[in-house]
Amino acid sequence: MKLSKKWLKDYYDYSVSDKEFADNMTMTGSKVEGIEIEGAMLSNIVVGQVITVEPHSNSDHLFVCSVNVGGNKNIQIVTGAQNVCAGDFVPVALDNSTIHGGKTIKKGEIRGVESNGMLCSLAELGLTVMDFPYSISDGIFILGEDCVKTPGMDIRESIGLDDTVFEFEITSNRPDCLSVIGLAREASASFGDLLQIDEPVTPSGKGNINNLLEVSISDSGKCYRYIGAVVENVKVEPSPRWLRERLRASGVRPINNIVDITNYVMLEYGQPMHAFDINLVENRKIIVRTAAQGEKIVTLDGIERSLTPDMLVIADSNKPIAIAGVMGGEFSGILENTTTVVFESASFNGANVRSTAKKLGMRTESSSRFEKQLDPNACIKAMNRALELVKVLGAGEIITGLADCYPLPKTCTEIPFNTDWINEFIGINLSYSQQENYLNLLGFSVENGNVIVPTFRQDIEHLADLSEEIARLYGYENIPNRELTGIADGRLTQMQSFEVLVSDTLLSCGYTEVQTYSFYSPKCLDKILLPEDSELRNYVKILNPLGEDTGIMRTTALPSMLEVLAYNFKHKNTAAKLFEIATEYHPVSEEELPDENPKLIIGAYGHENGYLMLKGCIEELFDVLGIINFSFSADNSNISYHPSRCALISVDGDNVGLIGEINPLVSDNYEVNTRFYVAELDMELLFKAKNLLKLYTPMPKFPPVDRDLSLLCDKNTPVQKLKELISEAVGELMESIELFDIYEGKQIPADKKSVAFSLRLRSAQKTLTDEEADALMNNAIKTLSSHGITIRT
Amino acid sequence: MRDQLEKIRNDAIELLKSVGTQAELETARIKFLGKKGELTAVLKQMGRLSPEERPVMGQIANEVRGEIEEVILQATQKLKQAELTERMSSEAIDVTLPGIRPHLGHKHPLSIVLDEVKEIFLGMGFQIATGPEVEWDYYNFEALNIPENHPARDTQDTFYITDKMLLRTQTSPVQIRVMEKQSPPIRIIAPGRVFRSDAVDATHSPLFHQIEGLVVDKGITMGHLKGCLDAFAKRLYGENTKIRLRPHHFPFTEPSCEIDVSCFRCSGAGCPMCKNEGWIEILGGGMVHPKVLKTGGIDPEVYSGFAFGVGLERIVMFRFNIDDLRLFYENDLRFLSQF
Repeated sequence: MKLSKKWLKDYYDYSVSDKEFADNMTMTGSKVEGIEIEGAMLSNIVVGQVITVEPHSNSDHLFVCSVNVGGNKNIQIVTGAQNVCAGDFVPVALDNSTIHGGKTIKKGEIRGVESNGMLCSLAELGLTVMDFPYSISDGIFILGEDCVKTPGMDIRESIGLDDTVFEFEITSNRPDCLSVIGLAREASASFGDLLQIDEPVTPSGKGNINNLLEVSISDSGKCYRYIGAVVENVKVEPSPRWLRERLRASGVRPINNIVDITNYVMLEYGQPMHAFDINLVENRKIIVRTAAQGEKIVTLDGIERSLTPDMLVIADSNKPIAIAGVMGGEFSGILENTTTVVFESASFNGANVRSTAKKLGMRTESSSRFEKQLDPNACIKAMNRALELVKVLGAGEIITGLADCYPLPKTCTEIPFNTDWINEFIGINLSYSQQENYLNLLGFSVENGNVIVPTFRQDIEHLADLSEEIARLYGYENIPNRELTGIADGRLTQMQSFEVLVSDTLLSCGYTEVQTYSFYSPKCLDKILLPEDSELRNYVKILNPLGEDTGIMRTTALPSMLEVLAYNFKHKNTAAKLFEIATEYHPVSEEELPDENPKLIIGAYGHENGYLMLKGCIEELFDVLGIINFSFSADNSNISYHPSRCALISVDGDNVGLIGEINPLVSDNYEVNTRFYVAELDMELLFKAKNLLKLYTPMPKFPPVDRDLSLLCDKNTPVQKLKELISEAVGELMESIELFDIYEGKQIPADKKSVAFSLRLRSAQKTLTDEEADALMNNAIKTLSSHGITIRT
Repeated sequence: MRDQLEKIRNDAIELLKSVGTQAELETARIKFLGKKGELTAVLKQMGRLSPEERPVMGQIANEVRGEIEEVILQATQKLKQAELTERMSSEAIDVTLPGIRPHLGHKHPLSIVLDEVKEIFLGMGFQIATGPEVEWDYYNFEALNIPENHPARDTQDTFYITDKMLLRTQTSPVQIRVMEKQSPPIRIIAPGRVFRSDAVDATHSPLFHQIEGLVVDKGITMGHLKGCLDAFAKRLYGENTKIRLRPHHFPFTEPSCEIDVSCFRCSGAGCPMCKNEGWIEILGGGMVHPKVLKTGGIDPEVYSGFAFGVGLERIVMFRFNIDDLRLFYENDLRFLSQF
């Protein structure tokens, strides 16, 4: 909301600086987002009177003017404009002046003739012909009778380009503040002054409106009030300068006197108005009704709209002429030959206006005001003001009376005044009269222990609402700070602590945390080669996505991780180790919210032994989480992964995730030529499997015996299997078994590999002898031999 | 014989003076003191001596042995010292070579600051609550006093799943869920992802994070809201930080306010970071609307409460001087490894 300082001063004048005024407004709830001084960019431009105009000796289209810019001396200026005559008053940009847009004008020579400045057009002052309708856009602005023609006067003063405009952010609960009067009330209250407004009365005129217009409302739930007034013998012409000026300062384009009056009143009172030619109204009957299913209307913007029965229209006895509160019909404007005008000031159900505007996809200034629920009692004030302006402007002859249909007059809400409650709620201690005073400043009154809420404050329903009014005028900064007291139990839940532990472990292992979007394009599922019938293609779909990339909620975090890996690879980051605890979303039904499952996803590239590195990290994590009974088993069933380089991870026999190298075909889809390694682990299953209760085991009393075992087996025998065979054969005296070498190549048959373990044997009861150790090793050798595995010596 | 012993002593001392290695030393030891060494050879002749001479010679021989052993010991130590010195100097390393770093991972900047915020509120006795990201319209809007066709819905462009299910546009629905489950006293924060249908640019993202706060108890006042957030701001930005409450409007709080903190770069003097205002807006909040308490199953006649919401990205951007929201979700290691 732009507020003209000149306009505000009609109602409330402040004595502090503009900055202090703005700060004060902000701190009492009307936030000032900016202060704009009109014409601030212009400098050194004055009114000049053209004394002579001579053709330029070296040009057939330039003129040399002698211009009086105040004082005794005239200055010479060369201009290319064709519309300047001797005697005209014009804006003159002197030497070293600045015009709109920031361009500096300096004296110089034009084709050998000295020019000491520039005559300005409207555009060079930042204006348009809308601001000065008698001017032209492609020539010099010749000052009219509505300007002060004093040579040497600052042009801004002469033409009224000297207002200060405050830009307010008005919250949606305060439509009353989208008006000059509303803000004047806030301003006066914030300075502790009571605002006095002389409300306009309905002017009398000639004739009787009842002979010209009949108004009825058929749906009083959607239309609370409709007032029509008629003005005859209308002279459609530009508005006077003061009115145009205020519209301009408010960001509204002046059109003609009738339309300008409706806009002026809207800005002043916050009540949208409409004016239309009475010839549009067949049978002179206005009926406010809901539309018939499929009923059509071509709106002002030339688009045909198809309506539904929940939409309200302003109709005559035959057809809709406007969509109530949203936009008028095609011919409902003011035409050049209009002689009789109907002014409309009405009140509609805000929610209904909003839903209609939304369904039709046409938010207008009018609808955005109506949807915030305007005061039906403001309709009459606005109408009276509009008619007053008709009179002031001499825009036409007012017909006596109003066609005012107001089935259920809006009465004031009353709230029992409980000052103690308010003091306790806010944490202050104000007397009854202090509180009452604040309310009075805002237009409330207190009668018989009840607060009477003015109807323009429909946002006030409860003591809590009143407490805000009092607190903001008292000043939030004056409320004393209080500390929270009492017993409180601030701690993480087990799952939250678990997530911290997982995250800290990954960070310690060198993995960097990433954060990826929860949604992606359904094409992401194609990129990871997910089969058509995959469960993961049953996703939560966004009805109104911003684009494909926000199409669906992810059912798997894999594409998110691959995207990040690919992004880093393409940006020449040579290696990456990343993780995220990412939510995956799985639909349940329309009646139930989707399951949201946290997944630990780890990704890496650019490291040697990528698979083993990642696996090692998971083993480390399992160690931290106290997960002992886990296994990795080869799996070729997941299409996103390399079929020979992927393993399922299980804990206590239950699958908790998988790990592997990404299928090269998938990497191709991400346009990278490197190997990606990824592991996915279900956080909830890990949470269940964890065992953080760690108990101390005493150190062994007896020394160990260490033995190495080097063997030769088929190339494709899993090391895990060898370990299991040896463990079984050696039995419980085997404390540990570690792989220390694996070799294929020279001196080894092509289909074989050499694998070497070091074993540590120990008994808890005694020191093992060499003979006992040998016997255990022989058991292992025997078992291995029975599986065709030989011992290398 | 006495002369022989004297000679051995002199020879040995002379020889040992020039010994340069352990091996030479050993050879010398064997030559003089070994089983077949010179001293032994002399001692073998003891039998030929008279009983009177024997103890005298024996004593001299022992003295000689002792002396030689002493000299050998000294030589050994000297040699060891020399060898050690030699080894040390030969083992010199370039101490300026770069270290072999274990390379810890980097926590995401959003998590770094969120963890700090959690820590602060845990310390003030808050628990951390969560709620679903795919949420019912009811919890996201209606229960928060934003009925259908309420203008406040405009400011939050919503992603819908069905006409009743949506991606939450704020963390405020967690307020209702907590109130439904837990009776007062309530003291929670609820950090999480929220979604708005905003196209991606430097200051907009369809996904961002909020941290909701809710306190409900008997006798909670707006003074408590101020006190709590003042303490929060001081812990997050330093003891000299001030807060400023400006009246605002949120449908689910009454009174409502926006909360500014004094600019942590210029301490309120005015700088480019705070756009010369001296204040930076980081929070919204207010007293929980009695209607919202009632919807949450809490009697507003008995209890009152305050609630607030912080935009996480915003405070992280201020903290690390980050000027583009997109960086958080691109996850470029050149960005992440700076934190």
